[in-house]
Amino acid sequence: MNARERAVEVAGQVRDPEMPMLTLADLGVLRGVEVERTADGHEIVIASITPTYTGCPAMATMRDDLVHRLNDAGFPRVEVRVALDPPWSSDWISERGRAALREAGLSAPGPARRTSGPIALTLGPTRPAPNCPRCGSAVTRLTSEFGATACKALYTCTHCLEPFEHVKEI
Amino acid sequence: MSDEHGGIFDGLIGAESAQWAFGTDFEDPLAGVDTTVPDGVDHTELAEYCLMLGDDALIMSQRLTEWCSRAPDLEEDIALANIALDLLGQARLLLARAAAADPGLLPALPEGSPVPAEDALAFFRDAGQFRNVRLAEVANGDFGHVVVRLLLFSVARLALLERLRASSDTVLAAVAAKGVKEVTYHRDWAARWFLTLAQGTEESCHRVVTALSALWPLQPELVATHPVELSLARAGVGVDPATTRGEVDAVLDQVLAVSGVARPDHPPLEGGGRTGTHTEDFADLLAEMQMVARAHPSGRW
Repeated sequence: MNARERAVEVAGQVRDPEMPMLTLADLGVLRGVEVERTADGHEIVIASITPTYTGCPAMATMRDDLVHRLNDAGFPRVEVRVALDPPWSSDWISERGRAALREAGLSAPGPARRTSGPIALTLGPTRPAPNCPRCGSAVTRLTSEFGATACKALYTCTHCLEPFEHVKEI
Repeated sequence: MSDEHGGIFDGLIGAESAQWAFGTDFEDPLAGVDTTVPDGVDHTELAEYCLMLGDDALIMSQRLTEWCSRAPDLEEDIALANIALDLLGQARLLLARAAAADPGLLPALPEGSPVPAEDALAFFRDAGQFRNVRLAEVANGDFGHVVVRLLLFSVARLALLERLRASSDTVLAAVAAKGVKEVTYHRDWAARWFLTLAQGTEESCHRVVTALSALWPLQPELVATHPVELSLARAGVGVDPATTRGEVDAVLDQVLAVSGVARPDHPPLEGGGRTGTHTEDFADLLAEMQMVARAHPSGRW
């Protein structure tokens, strides 16, 4: 395994601070890991991350976690860059990530809305009601489009009466 | 999870400052992003344009933040805080982009001050140097007021960001592409609440109609053209807000029609925030927002 493959593997295991059932890679936030050589011959890992939402307060924790884990794995020099383009989409959450969300009692996002050209106003439901991740009932009710974090909406299951979080489509 | 986020104790012993205070510190929000000014574009105009878009988001965010713990129920409290956070994120990138385009904009700070560029712009400029529209700054009222304010603001901002995605400035294009996804949710939230309140009780309808009358004179400023906006629109970097009028009117008319509320015809309020003319309310907002940072200009947050 070469240095880059090792760095990719280590960075790929770092978890999201707010949804720790997901790795940054499964969430689609980790955009790239490269190993370069500085002018004075040192190995440096350059990792790129993109925020799920522009104001995501977890970016600093993600950066610190990446730096610490790569340092611990024998990469003393790590630079974390911001990748703004293309913007993060919930479509980038991997299949493994979606399974992990469901296992943790969260509802995984459906396909993101098309966002080219003028965007139509949505006065009705934004998405078909998701199934309850606990009991599987299809009869669920939107409580709020904004949950504990900007990336989640709140639902309540009208069958088992439990509230649950749905990762929003963006 | 303690070994997962091993850094939390480092801050306590001074080895790593990023975990201190608000924990949102990312040394440079544009770390590794190409901030070269596009060919043929005046860097001072680009910076001023970024201030307009950034100040709108920053000041709107500050007013929405005042709602924290005061909304009618927990869900709407959280919704307003989340919307404020989205706008604060947009403001941070836009102010950082303004500073990168024209470092001459930055207010003077004590030698060695660790205040990052975007914070220097947010906390150390005086009222006349802010370029936000007045709709963002006027004092909060009741829940109907914040719903109307956010409706007028996000309808115009979404129409603008949709077009700004084609900007030849890669930072603006990226901020817009991301902002579109966020502001779509803000606009839907505001429009749904407008409809709910308008079709609710006599009292709730009265509240939104009153707020609409009060804020309507500030709406035209959102779609008025400043010379810098026109110049940058011609250069392929910015958007002339006047070109969004058709879409803005259509969306507002759609919301008003379905809500059964008549479109007000109050004349626009003269003057404008884009040229640094602000309301009395703005002084109070800045005093609260800037007080702590100005008391400790060499502080690390």
